Amino acid sequence: MWSRQSQIFLQPVMGSIWDLHGVRGTSLCTRLSTKGQTLKDQDIYSPILRKLFNESHHIFVGLQTIREDLPSKNKKNQFVSISKNYRSVIRACMEELQQVAVSTKEAAVATQYGNQVSILLAIELIWNLCEVLFIDAAPAGSLLLHLLDWVRLHKADVDEKAREVLQSESPAEHRDYWDVVVSYVLQGRLEEARQMLVKQAALQPAARSMYKLIDTLLSRMPFYNPGGNQTLTEFDVKWRHWHDEVNRCLQDNSFASNRHLEIICKILAGDEDTLLEHKELLSTWYHFLVTRLLFSHPTVKPTELHYYAQSCLTMFLDSRSVPEPLDNILLAAFEFDIHQVIKDCSIALNNWWFVAHLTDLLDHCKLLQSHNLHFGSNLREFLLLEYASGLFTHHSLWQLAVDYFDHCPEFGHVYLELQIERVPLDTERKALKVLRICDQRQMSEQVRSICKIMAMRALRNNRLGSALSWSIRAKDAAFATLISERFLQDYCTRGTFSDLDLIDNLGPAMLLSDRLTFLGKYREFHKLYGEKRFGEAAKLLLSLMTAKIAPRSFWMTLLTDALPLLEQKEVIFSADQTHELMFCLEELTSCLNASALGSPKTSQDEDIELTKVELLRLSLARNLAMAIIKEGTVEA
Amino acid sequence: MENINAKYVSQKISKTRWRLVSHASLQQPDVFATGSWDNEVNKISFWSIGNHGSSDMDDGFEGDPQLLCEHKHDGDVLDLQFLDQDRIVTTSSTGAVTIFRLHQNSQTISVAQRWPRAHGFPCENAPCTGVVCSSPEIVTVGEDGKIIVFRADQEGVIRVIENADSSTIHAVTYLRTTEILTVNSIGQLKLWDFRQQSNAPSQILSLSGDRVPLHCVDRHPNQQHIVATGGQDGMLCVWDVRQGSTPFSLMEAHSAEMWEVRFHPTNPDHLFTCSEDGSLLHWETSTSSDMPSFLQGGRNNSMISRSAMAPAGGNQSLINAWLSGDSSKGRLETTHMLPSQTLSVNSLDVLGQCLVCGTDGEAIFVNRQVPV
Repeated sequence: MWSRQSQIFLQPVMGSIWDLHGVRGTSLCTRLSTKGQTLKDQDIYSPILRKLFNESHHIFVGLQTIREDLPSKNKKNQFVSISKNYRSVIRACMEELQQVAVSTKEAAVATQYGNQVSILLAIELIWNLCEVLFIDAAPAGSLLLHLLDWVRLHKADVDEKAREVLQSESPAEHRDYWDVVVSYVLQGRLEEARQMLVKQAALQPAARSMYKLIDTLLSRMPFYNPGGNQTLTEFDVKWRHWHDEVNRCLQDNSFASNRHLEIICKILAGDEDTLLEHKELLSTWYHFLVTRLLFSHPTVKPTELHYYAQSCLTMFLDSRSVPEPLDNILLAAFEFDIHQVIKDCSIALNNWWFVAHLTDLLDHCKLLQSHNLHFGSNLREFLLLEYASGLFTHHSLWQLAVDYFDHCPEFGHVYLELQIERVPLDTERKALKVLRICDQRQMSEQVRSICKIMAMRALRNNRLGSALSWSIRAKDAAFATLISERFLQDYCTRGTFSDLDLIDNLGPAMLLSDRLTFLGKYREFHKLYGEKRFGEAAKLLLSLMTAKIAPRSFWMTLLTDALPLLEQKEVIFSADQTHELMFCLEELTSCLNASALGSPKTSQDEDIELTKVELLRLSLARNLAMAIIKEGTVEA
Repeated sequence: MENINAKYVSQKISKTRWRLVSHASLQQPDVFATGSWDNEVNKISFWSIGNHGSSDMDDGFEGDPQLLCEHKHDGDVLDLQFLDQDRIVTTSSTGAVTIFRLHQNSQTISVAQRWPRAHGFPCENAPCTGVVCSSPEIVTVGEDGKIIVFRADQEGVIRVIENADSSTIHAVTYLRTTEILTVNSIGQLKLWDFRQQSNAPSQILSLSGDRVPLHCVDRHPNQQHIVATGGQDGMLCVWDVRQGSTPFSLMEAHSAEMWEVRFHPTNPDHLFTCSEDGSLLHWETSTSSDMPSFLQGGRNNSMISRSAMAPAGGNQSLINAWLSGDSSKGRLETTHMLPSQTLSVNSLDVLGQCLVCGTDGEAIFVNRQVPV
């Protein structure tokens, strides 16, 4: 039905894949972005088709993990079952689309969905044929049986008509009755044909012997049994006997009086002209091909198929009509030219889904020669990359694309690196998922850049804890330093720490950056002071300065913090410690003097600074005095 | 594995919850809600898995969830919980909190109440990451580090704890009727007591060592001091909030972020976790009994591998099996519940014998015969 419409020939892919002789790696990427635009069509966004993408992704991933060491017979069965899985997914999708197309009231939607159904029908037809010829690779004998199944599957209207006829009051007199019988015969469904004929035979008792004869002929047609003991040659001999018998009946004019039975007999004899008279019932040239083979050459070998296919196509089509793209694809399949099949499908269909998955499956069956394209990767990888790049432009299906890139050994990693950074990160959860993908593939640069984006965003919103958690994830010491600076600035301006829950519980994260360590230790100092553990607090404070953990800019604050400790009644800082503090103070003031020459300070600021320094000097001196006395005193 | 069906729904599922069933009726749940994320138009949907009156559970296809109704949702659905039989609360990546009402008769959904910018930063949106409710009170938490308390049917907010956390709060759960527990992205559990007026947590617990973000938390249904959490490194931690500030037991569960942990509500010896690595684990522990070991022979032989030898003392039954630490691995059984590796399993819920989970592969899995 659809072959008369030219729906299969939708907008062609930009340039054939075979024209990419001059394409280098970089221009491939720009080609990618434009390709991404052509793929932003309704195909990907339809909710029903999304099921196709998701389910086939599941099958794809399962296929990649089939173990290499299985014996080849088991592998073939597995590949066939995977192929059937793919096809059942296509069929399920088709049925759903059909339901919507039929039930919707909007004409535009109905047409669109109808188009998609047609495309999927064609895809399934081609896939099924590829499964029969390439993956299952049936030898002569079984080959015809599989082809018969193939044709029967794709010509379901016979059953509908039969149902109609049988449900009528007098089936044998229904106007479609003979069409149904002939269709059954054409499809090799001889049992059903016989059952239908019984009804007619009942109506014409006078012609009973004729009906008996045709019934005998139909019942005696041998069908090859692959699992049985019969060899192909034996079957061939049996078949020829039967065929001779049919011819004898024709020559005897046994059915001369009944036109219909005569037609059936001629079909059984494999008469091409009779077959061609029933073009309407056959409706497609490949049906004609299979029927012709069934009744003239059932032991056809795979290598002989293309000869018959070509001739059938020519015979079937009128001299005026031109073979359609689908016809060419099927013909290429019959010629076992896999590359031609893939090429034609890529051109004719506007979605890479089909060719990518089929090629991948065929590649696993080791049916594709490593046909190197000019930029290094092979055909399978190229198609998968194209498909996955298209998926990546989708706001939701990008996660599927990651798995496809994983299984493209040459360029998959590079493509993923380029694409993953473009995924918009609206929520932390999405960022975490993207990060997990990067982590699992050792893409540390991307991890760092994503964490930096999230940390900057957190910082902008004043979520210091979040920012720190992102920099810990990225092991980004520089950013951790930045965050610590923010904390310290806050402290300086406000006098208290914000986000104590974070600073108090830094744990080993403290070691990520020096500034962060200082922050943690400084907070610890405050805690010790609060708990009145002055001796330890003093030691910690001193070590912060002497071990150079504290930034020079903060020393003034630290020294100012030391003031209350110095002013305590009890001597807390020992003489040595006091000496060290004084040394620190001198170092600081000399630095300040050096820098004060350059930077303009208001006289007020200078006054404050001077006062502070003087106070410190005084306190330190007093403390030193008391410490010397204390240490010099002998306990009584 | 034959009892589990996958249904592809064309939307990535971020949260799924069973509708509550009244305990008296002993019925299995039949309706669940899902929320989607990462779509241009996100939705909340209600699904039904058919009647449970019949005992005909053999045919796998019967359990296929059917869509009852759906409604557009502004922003990703980050959390979802049933308020009562007809209403659910959802939180969004735009910072909004919405109550939807399911009209049973007409099978439609309408927005009952909405707080559009409950969570937010001064200049941009802050996703609202978690919600827990105990009708009519609703508590939400978000990336802005705030805890907000609402009341259904009342405009405005009841209480806000500003700056409850300097990092993102990922999940919240009730500990008692007036106490909640939150987990954040620097690996801390914080207890908040609403009876207190101060805006500081009453207790902070954290793992010593690396500050791994925690993503999910659930409380033991019967024993309110036992809490399980899961985090970015896929470790399952069980805490006793009364004692100490570090977890009681740590178990390596998954190889990637753990998104959800749920105790079975009526059979708390069973725990379920799901993760970014695509697996859903069913944890089963056995409580130690105080029967002397010689009485445990005979018919209990098959359980020897699972149950540790009963100690001679009498009070052991009070110690919950979850708190016995990971040294006694013999009493813990773990099974994978999904047939094969899928994309991330974002959410799960279990009620009675039914388990539902949603994945990033746009599939919902329903298992109606969970062995509990």
